[in-house]
Amino acid sequence: MSNRRHNIAFWAGVAVFLVAVLAMTQIVRNEYPFFAGYVILQFIALAVAWSILGGYAGYVNFGTNAFFGVGVYTAVALFKATGAPLVVQIAAAAVVGMLLGFAVGLLTLRMRGIFFSIATIAVAIIIETFVMNWRFVGGAAGIQLQRPAVMAPFDSYVKMLFFVQAILVVIAVAVARYIQNSRIGRGLQALRDDELAAECTGVPTLKLKLVACMISGALISAAGAPAAMYLQYADPSSAFNLSYSVSALAMSLIGGTAHWIGPVLGAILLGSTQQLLSVTISSEVNVLVLGIMLVLFVVGAPKGIIGLLRPRYRLRAGGKP
Amino acid sequence: MFSMDLLLGAVVLGVLLGCFYAAVSVGLSISFGLLDVPHVAHPAFLVLASYGVYQLNETYDIDPLLAGLAITPLFFLFGLLAYRVYYETFEKRGTDAGVRGIAFFFGIAFIIEVLIILQFGVDQRSVTATYIGKAWRFGEYRIPIRQLVAFAVALALTILLAVYLSKTFMGRAIRAVAQDEEALRLMGANPVRIKQFAFGIATAVLGIAGALLIIVAPVEPTLDRAYIGRTFCVVVMAGLGSISGTLIAAIILGVAESIVLTLFGASWAPAISFAMLLVVLAVRPQGLFGR
Amino acid sequence: MTPTAAPGAPLLQITTLTKSFGGFTALDNISVDIRKGERFGLIGPNGSGKTTLINCISGALLPQIGSVVFCGEDITQLPPHLRARRGIARSFQIPRPFKSMTVLENLMVGLDFAAVGSALPEEDMAMSILTRMGLAAKAGAPSDTLSQVELRKMELARAMAVRPKLLISDEAMAGLSSSEVDEVLDLLISLGEEDITIIMIEHIMQAVMRFSERVMCLDAGRIIALGAPDEVMANKRVQEAYLGT
Repeated sequence: MSNRRHNIAFWAGVAVFLVAVLAMTQIVRNEYPFFAGYVILQFIALAVAWSILGGYAGYVNFGTNAFFGVGVYTAVALFKATGAPLVVQIAAAAVVGMLLGFAVGLLTLRMRGIFFSIATIAVAIIIETFVMNWRFVGGAAGIQLQRPAVMAPFDSYVKMLFFVQAILVVIAVAVARYIQNSRIGRGLQALRDDELAAECTGVPTLKLKLVACMISGALISAAGAPAAMYLQYADPSSAFNLSYSVSALAMSLIGGTAHWIGPVLGAILLGSTQQLLSVTISSEVNVLVLGIMLVLFVVGAPKGIIGLLRPRYRLRAGGKP
Repeated sequence: MFSMDLLLGAVVLGVLLGCFYAAVSVGLSISFGLLDVPHVAHPAFLVLASYGVYQLNETYDIDPLLAGLAITPLFFLFGLLAYRVYYETFEKRGTDAGVRGIAFFFGIAFIIEVLIILQFGVDQRSVTATYIGKAWRFGEYRIPIRQLVAFAVALALTILLAVYLSKTFMGRAIRAVAQDEEALRLMGANPVRIKQFAFGIATAVLGIAGALLIIVAPVEPTLDRAYIGRTFCVVVMAGLGSISGTLIAAIILGVAESIVLTLFGASWAPAISFAMLLVVLAVRPQGLFGR
Repeated sequence: MTPTAAPGAPLLQITTLTKSFGGFTALDNISVDIRKGERFGLIGPNGSGKTTLINCISGALLPQIGSVVFCGEDITQLPPHLRARRGIARSFQIPRPFKSMTVLENLMVGLDFAAVGSALPEEDMAMSILTRMGLAAKAGAPSDTLSQVELRKMELARAMAVRPKLLISDEAMAGLSSSEVDEVLDLLISLGEEDITIIMIEHIMQAVMRFSERVMCLDAGRIIALGAPDEVMANKRVQEAYLGT
């Protein structure tokens, strides 16, 4: 069956990717590529995670920064309180992100369109305000973190984080791919096109949106969790920076949300451009480029890069029959 | 600690602040409330107007209010242009307008923010005028005159706009297009032209509102983010498109912010409008004065 | 077909249903039973409450007073998707296709989520419904490229994919040419012959007369006539309502 062949090809690709990443951490001496690569991987994870709710379901989440920041601070709080290892920090962040997704979803997913989007910004600001007033994790001033010793086979913490983020990317992509090819994906696509018609055709829209919001939230928080150790520092205004929201949204929409590969392409393209620009010009210019690209694409190429590559690319193309 | 006097002072300042919030929100009440355009970039245009006023005030020493008035035609044109692009790319084609329309304005907001940063840097900017820096005292109360000026102009602006929308021919046409586009088309009017004009007006008002913003306090490029909460809170609480509701909702927000600021301190203030917005959306999405 | 005496037990029982929006009463104390297998016509001038009534049946709106009982179960408060799973399907007055999907995929949604225990594989099922509706050639076409009559048929086909016991057709013939009206009407009648109960809202009177076993006429949210088609048409109040006061 072609379905099975697709699966084998996909997981073989994943294995090659992870082996390559691992080999790179063992061979390349210089730490810089890992610093930059980590950021690109993080953007891939964020964009793919965002597209589960924003792309498949069509609910534009401006609150990526809320989930990201919650991931960062779950890791920070846990690390400060118990010194828990990185894996535990990430798992805890995913759980908290999922719970937050559930709460946010219950509160906001009955709202349509722009109301939902504005509500997600509101959630982000409110959580950020609480963290700013939370002394234990340093309040508005932020908190310094001392990285623990690195684990074998890695010889530097950044290389390890790079590998960990690569695994998070794989998880995000695998989950997005699963949803896309399952009944859930079809239901989300239906409610995205027309929520009332979907309901009347038997789609449990609220439940599906909640599931999408929880999964998306868990993945975003998980992708954010290692950021504390990456920067060795966390403060509310960077952890809850709205630029995570623009990036995730822009990379997804620019890549195209009809297929999981879209956000991956968008994030690789824009993420690497950003890395180049912020080294060569300035970090403001890369936000400008992101904004302009976003506007150009939503106006001129509604289906994103994958729409340009393959006109009429369909959500279920290449998926389960 | 808590005292009646302190509370009274907070309420008075809150009312002044509230009228100012009405002036910065009233444009959104037209563009989003009446025309149903997901105008997330409204606060970014507001901050842009403040920087325009700053530039005129800085180079030609023009009074900020006059400077605000001077840039209204330019903002009117911005409004026409923004609506035209939005209409041609999203409204007209209809498909998938939701997601992309929102992303479009979100992108515009970010572009404006970054352009301001590139031009003016991230530092705070303020204007000079004779009424800035002085205060009125009554007994132990102290009310800055800049607040009073902003209050008076804001109130006048909001009332003027309310009158415009209810009494003039064009104003009524704008309200009509919001309610029943088809009926207007049958009467031989072009609804798109009317909406475009309305969007122009909504944006032009930001010239004055931007002047008030920089008169009340110094501005910085990312100030629009806080005003996303405030302006949408006011417009949604008012009930979409209700101008008189806008004034009342804005005063409620102003008083709430002012009281929280007095009791709990400044670090909680930014969350107030967003929290109120969430509560209104969750509990009474049609707004306090909506149907 | 005998016009008045449709056989069978009630499939749908509507009791004292009342729905108002603010001060405007859209439905005022509506009670009616619809029998199993019945072909039921629903008429009335614009704004008389027809669409509100079917919104209350399909779950898009919740009434303030009264109840909707389907197959003996009170479904008044149930969300639309659970009603779809119990066998209530509808088309919309203005077609609402899933625009980003092909015609076949549109049907797959209903088969995936609402149809339970079908014998055939989903795709074959969808194709057989499309063949019935005369849309088989369009199965792979994106739904936003369909013509008006094809869209109407696709809406009915998508409703059929839910495997309904009750199908509600909301002006499925509006805006069609007279030959297309006949085409859609024949489809609906043939569906009615296989044990599907059908409520048809329609403005085209010949279609209503030809289709319905019973007709109900609403005006200003109230039932002003209910009975055999020719009786209802002969009713003075119905004529007044249509000719305008």
